[in-house]
Formats: sequence, structure tokens, C-alpha cells
Amino acid sequence: MATINLTTADVPIRENRLGSVTGYEGSAGELTRRSRDCSLRERERSFTQCATCASVTAICQVAMIQDAAVVNHAPLGCAGDFANFNFINRAGQARRGWRLANAHLLNSNLDEHDIVFGGAERLKVAVREAMTRFAPKAIFVTTSCASGIIGDDVPAICRELEEELGVTVVSISCEGFRSQIWATGFDAAYHAILRRVVKPAVTKRPDLINVINFWGDDIFTALFGRLGLTPNYVVPFTTVAQLERLSEAAATVQICSTLGTYLAAGLEEHFGVAEVKAPSPYGISGTDAWLRELGRVTGKEAEVEALIAEEHGRISAELAELRARLKGIRGFVAAGAVHGHSLVAILGELGMEVAGATVWHHDQRFDHNDPQGDSLQHVVSEYGDVPFSVCNKQSFEMVNLLNRLRPDIFIVRHNGMAVCGAKLGIPTFLMGDEHFGIGYEGLLNYGRKILDSITNPAFVQNLARHTRLPYTEWWLAQQPFSFLGEEA
Amino acid sequence: MSGVIEQPRHLCMLSAKQSVVAIERAVPIVHAGPGCSGKLWSGLSFCNGFQGSGYAGGGAVPSTNTGEKEVVFGGEERLRSVIEGALKVMDADLFVVLTGCTSDIVGDDTGQVVREFREQGMPIVYAETGGFKGSSFVGHEALLEAVIAQLLDLAAQERVSNLVNVFASVPYLDPFWSGNLEALRELLAGLGLEANILFGPGSGGIEAWRKIPAASFNLVVSPWVGLKAARILEERYGTPFLHYPVLPIGGTETSRFLATVGAFAGVDRGKTAAFIRKEEKRFYYYLERSADFILEFRYDLPGRFVTVCDSLYALAVSRFLVNDLGLLPGRQFITDQTPTEHRESLRAEFAALSPSVSAQVTFTPDGGEVQRELRATKHHQPPLIIGSTWDKDIAAELKGYQVSLSLPVTDRLVLDRSYVGYRGGLRLAEDFYTAILGSYQ
Repeated sequence: MATINLTTADVPIRENRLGSVTGYEGSAGELTRRSRDCSLRERERSFTQCATCASVTAICQVAMIQDAAVVNHAPLGCAGDFANFNFINRAGQARRGWRLANAHLLNSNLDEHDIVFGGAERLKVAVREAMTRFAPKAIFVTTSCASGIIGDDVPAICRELEEELGVTVVSISCEGFRSQIWATGFDAAYHAILRRVVKPAVTKRPDLINVINFWGDDIFTALFGRLGLTPNYVVPFTTVAQLERLSEAAATVQICSTLGTYLAAGLEEHFGVAEVKAPSPYGISGTDAWLRELGRVTGKEAEVEALIAEEHGRISAELAELRARLKGIRGFVAAGAVHGHSLVAILGELGMEVAGATVWHHDQRFDHNDPQGDSLQHVVSEYGDVPFSVCNKQSFEMVNLLNRLRPDIFIVRHNGMAVCGAKLGIPTFLMGDEHFGIGYEGLLNYGRKILDSITNPAFVQNLARHTRLPYTEWWLAQQPFSFLGEEA
Repeated sequence: MSGVIEQPRHLCMLSAKQSVVAIERAVPIVHAGPGCSGKLWSGLSFCNGFQGSGYAGGGAVPSTNTGEKEVVFGGEERLRSVIEGALKVMDADLFVVLTGCTSDIVGDDTGQVVREFREQGMPIVYAETGGFKGSSFVGHEALLEAVIAQLLDLAAQERVSNLVNVFASVPYLDPFWSGNLEALRELLAGLGLEANILFGPGSGGIEAWRKIPAASFNLVVSPWVGLKAARILEERYGTPFLHYPVLPIGGTETSRFLATVGAFAGVDRGKTAAFIRKEEKRFYYYLERSADFILEFRYDLPGRFVTVCDSLYALAVSRFLVNDLGLLPGRQFITDQTPTEHRESLRAEFAALSPSVSAQVTFTPDGGEVQRELRATKHHQPPLIIGSTWDKDIAAELKGYQVSLSLPVTDRLVLDRSYVGYRGGLRLAEDFYTAILGSYQ
């Protein structure tokens, strides 16, 4: 069954493609059961706080391709995240020992005139300017709410300019209003890459493994090296030529299938690159399963078994010590879908109590449609059921929940959310490096980090004593999900 | 038609939501797409000195998160529902509804929805700030206008003789805004004036705004931002205003500023002079301490300084470097899309930075154009580029020095640092020369 349709300019949004929802309250077990037949329906909130949009997630995947350029076809405010991606770009270059250089980002600066008369001319000017200024190997044009509503035919303009300029010019449809699931922006960026950048493989490299990630530390070179494999990190910090040859890899793995579901499935379906369909490599059982599947796909079963045995032995003493020290500690986790499942796995593996978990959205299925990759089911089977909710970064709900549960540690992954825990005096950390918790060493990393965080809570206690959260007493006395409507 | 923008140094009108966050116990309600508030927070706060969420910013901002349904059928019902929720959930004294591109294009009658709540006695106002309509600076002006027009009674209040409303730094957009406003308040206190700074810690929240009509005058300390509000207040309440276009940094400008304000406010001249004398004594003690280093440093010190800043900083920093430190200006770039009617007066200010020094200015919001111009300029000595973190590459290419003062600032953490006044001048001198010294070690 074809799942990834590369003939259309727009990617189907996750609500329609994966049955994704942003509102749910219950348990992880119930959520997996309801998702099996995709019968779960969206529950909308009558009050909402700001979320994130697909434009952010689309730009985040293409902004750090070192020899490409991004034209953000939008009013200037949509370039509000440029500085952040530039920071990430420079930090990543520094870590790799590369020359530091600004990311190649341009905003078309749509104004009132364009809203009335259309932004086509301005987009053409912007794409030509991108060519002159950056001499890129490819230009990605991201759309906006404004360009979408006024109806600029961005794909047609891109085709016209591609002919004129002689480099790939490709549109990424990521209007914020189209989807409440901001992860749709990842898919939109990957859709553009799959459609217009990746080429069929001329030769295959049996050792090469695509690793779909953000921009975490390089932990896979050493790990994969022991299996005779080489990681190919995508998409940030690649080159266009590297992306053209994604098809040469033996397999694709992902650090989080919320991120990479579309790209991994598309590479398998259209370019014959096997997708490793397994729970994410967090916690011992998840890492074991993930490595075994990688070994099966690449014919490295024996090497994988040796590595697993060796690693289990290596970490066992410290893990036992961490488990003893963390026994009875209650953790709360909030992160983007599968990464949230992964963090629950880590707490479970460390023997901690999971007071609750929230994910920013929930996909009822993945693009590969294989139950073996169901990370939430994996967590429930391995570590037992936990209180679980889906909340698209609604800080009023988070604060209400945390205020009730008062966990010993709050682990969060999204900007602007950590203060929810900190202002309540709950030791809180945001782990920006998504590779920090991966694999066997990642489990120890998390254990040490949690211990450090609860050992000196002075900073969060100071904040709790001297700052106020912006919520009424009335609200804190309500049930946390009382603004969530009935299933549609 | 304005051109494309590389390396943006300000954002869109909806940036006004950060100005709301800067009012104590005020909450913005953003009627826009799901990502607008977050993108603006990232650009104006996080990536601008890592200024943080504040009381009700960051992830706490109520937002309608416009979807396909609102774009097709209109978003007024959704807005009504989110306002109702915000009034129950958020603990605030003032709510400000700000529209984005989606609602302004589809034509929601936001004003009508907000009026329904205000008529029930809710402290709520609104401004149309669709991103395509203008810059962050214009957005801030729209916010000032909205609060004045919709919150304040038309009736005159009894004047408080020493009360003065201050319009200067734009919150968050200027990474040093809160420190700067506090410093202005302290300077004015030295003249016996009580400054109503409206934004930031200790500014008083909605009560401070309600006091606006009681001020004896309004003080605009900026080349153009805030002038519109001062004119509106003059018309509404007959309050006179003083427009002092230069943010005072360092000894020369701050003394001139205090003398001008003192004279306008009718402060006793002896009292003003005594305050200036006391502050100058301290300032020049420290300036003297810098003399041996500045005069004898055997490695390069910058030849010419280049500003790539909004008009507030471009002018203020130039005046300080020319008049206090004796530096000479190179190219000056003003990035804030200064409205045409204010450009001539700015050019005139730069033409007379001191009796013997003038500079030419280029108005452009596009970092690409700045780089092109700087590459085409002959630099006899390493330039000192005062701009944003974007300018690190061009500074390196020209083998110059670079200091980030202007959005985005991602190489510094900014808490209460201020560049205003005598002390602010010393901070700025420290920061410039520290950046230069740092490049040798």
C-alpha cells in the first residue's frame, strides 16, 4: 500500500494522515488501545495558549543544510526564529570544528501591498537575491499563513525560478493555520527533500546508516563503529550532495519517530532504504530492541549481540547504584510525543515512579504502519501503565497538573515550559541534546542528571519563593483538563 | 514596496505582545496563528539577551491558534471563547488583544468582540497588529495608542507637578530596556521628578497607566518611537511634551539631557547644576582611569566605529563615542525602517554629532545590504562594529571588533544592565574595550 505520495506539492497534514490529536486525558495503556484502530478523536479546548507552528519545524530542518538557502515567504515576524536557528547553526559548526558562518536565511517581507495584490513578484525577487547572496546548491521556500491565505502559487513560482537559476528551488507548504500539529512541518520539509533533492542510488553503501535527528552530540560514530557501520546524520548540518545520496544508505534509523516518520518511510518506499522499525533506543529494553532490528536489517546480528552483552555488563554496577539512589523518586515528563515515551522508559528503567507524562501531540499511527514501532505500547508493556495526557504545550494545564502532583523532578523538552515547574519549586531540567539519553550510556546520563538536579534545588526554590505564576486561585482549584471538550 | 530582509533586526507589529508582557500584571491575548507568539518570543526575548518569559509571556500567552476553520469561517467565535477562558484562568489586571495576519486578512471584527467584554467592565483593550502592516516599532506605538484610547478616561485629572511620563526604550526589542528605563527614572529623580516609566519592574502596572493624564509633561527619549503617543496625549489632555531624540549615554549627553529636562520642567537651575556636578565628578574619575589604557595600548584600537542599530542606539552610541571617548564614526546604518518623515531630522543629528564630527547614515533593515556596503568601504584600521550577533561574520571578514547591543543578541545574557546615564556610559566603555581586549587573549 502506498503511503507516501510524492506527486503533490503539499504534504497531507498529520491530523488526516496519522490521526493525530492534541487533547487527551487518561492513561498510556488506554491511549494505545484507542489508537490501535485509529478510533480516537480530537478534543478541542475552549481556551488555549500559544503553541508552535509548522513553519518553525519546517525551517528547523532546512536552515542548517550548510550549502542551501531558505527563503521564508512571509511578513517579517515569521522570521522571528531565524536568530535561534542561527545560534544552533553556529553552535553546531563550533562543535564540529567547522568555520563559523551565519545560516542562509532570507525573509521576503510581505507587506500590506502584497496582501492586496499578491506576493509573487516579491517572492521572485527574494529567491533571486538568495541566489546572488548565498550561491546555494538548493533553495527551500517556506510558506506562511499570509502567503497561504492570499493564494500565492508558490510551487509554480519555484518551478519557474528553478529553470531560470539552474538550481533546485522547492516549496515547503507549512502555513501555520493548516495544522495544529506542528510536527507536520517536519513532514513538509522532508516531503520537499524526498520529492526534489534525493536521487535514486547509483551505488549502495552497506555500512551507511541514515540517522534522522536534530543536532545532538555525535554518539553514533563510536557506537556504530563497533558494528562496522557509519552514521549519516540528517537533515541539519548536511550538504545538498549528502541529501541527494540518502538513497545509498543501507538503512534509516531515527532518534524519535515523531520527527522522522515521514522521511524514513519515504526513503524506504521510494528509494529502497530499509527503515529500522523499532521503539526508540532509550532504556535498556528499547535500546536492545532497536539495535537488534538494526542488526537484522544490516546483517550484523552477531555483532549486535556481542555489543549488547558487553554494554549490559559495562553499565550494570553504576546502574544498580543509580537505581538504589533514585528509588521512590517521582518524576513527571513532558515532551514531544515519542520523545516523551522515551523519557518514560528512562524513568521506568531507573526504577523511578512516573507521576505522570504529557506529550505535545499523539500520532495514532506512524507512516510505516508497523506495530513493532509502537513506542508507547513498548513502554506500557515494559514498565506498566502510567497516567498520561496529550496537551499541545498548554502551560495552564501543565502548571495545574504539576501543582497537584508535586513530583520530585520535572523533565521537559520544549522552550518556555521549564519555568512552569521551576516557579512551583520543582527541580526541573530541559535536556536540549536529544542524544543525551540514547542507549546504555544515555540511561546513566539521565540517572546522574536527575540526581544532580534534586541534590541542589536552590535555584528553583528561590524562584518559587519570590515569583508568581500568572494563574488564578480559581484555576488552580479546577481539574487540569476542564477546558478540554468532548471528542469530536 | 520594501525589499527582502536578511538578518532581521526587528520583527513585525505583533511584537507589541512583548510590550504587553512588560507591563506589570498585564496579559496579551494573541488572535493569530499557533506559532506567532512563540516565534516572536524566540526572536524578541530568548534570542535577545535571553530575557525570559516574564510574568505571562513565553508559553503562557493566551492565543486563539487560528486554524483552517477560522480562516474559512472567521475567528470571532473562537476569540470570544479564548477571552472568556483567559479572564477566568489568567491572574491579571489588564488584558490586551492583539491580532495577527490571519485575523486581519480574513477581516474579523476584533474591536466589536473586545468591546463586548469591556462593556461588562473587564479591563481589556485591543490593537490591530497584523504582521504585514508594519514593524515591531510601529506595533509598540499601536499598543501605546490602544491603551491610551481604550483604557484611559477622557476626563482631565488633577496634575501632579513633578510627574512625568517617559517614553523611551521599546521593551524586549531593546535588550537593555528595563535597565535603561530604571536608569532614566533614577536620573529624573535626581532632578526631583517622578518618572512614570510604564514598563518593567516597579513601574506600577495598570495604575501607572491610569496616572498618565495626571503628568505635568511627557518625555520622549527616542528619535521617533513614542512621539505619536505624546502627540495623542497633548491632544487628549493638553499635556505638553519634550522630545529629546538622544538616549543619553555618558557624561556629555547626560549632562545636556538633565539640563534640557530641568529647564523644561522648571526645576531650579542650581539644583540641576548641583546634581550634574556630583554625577560628573564620579563619571570623570572613572573616565580618567581609562586614559592610560586607551592612550598607551600598543595593539590596535579601532579606527572607526560602525553602528548597525535601530535609530535609538545608532544615534545614542554615536554621540557617546564621539563626544566622550573621542572616536570617529565610519558608516552608520539605521535598521528600524524609520518612517520617512523622521529621516531628515535624524540625518541632521548625525551631521552634527559634535562641532567637528559628522557621519552619513544609510537607512536599511537588510543585513545583506549592510554587508555589501561594508565590503565596499575602505577600512584603514580594524572597524568596531556595534550591532547584533548577526554581525560577527562581517566583523571577522573585515578583521574588526564586534559588540552586540541590538536584536538579536545571542552572545550575551542581559539582566539589569543599562547603558543610560553616566553609569551607563561607563558600562558601554567597559563592554567595548572588553570585547577588544578579549580578542587578544
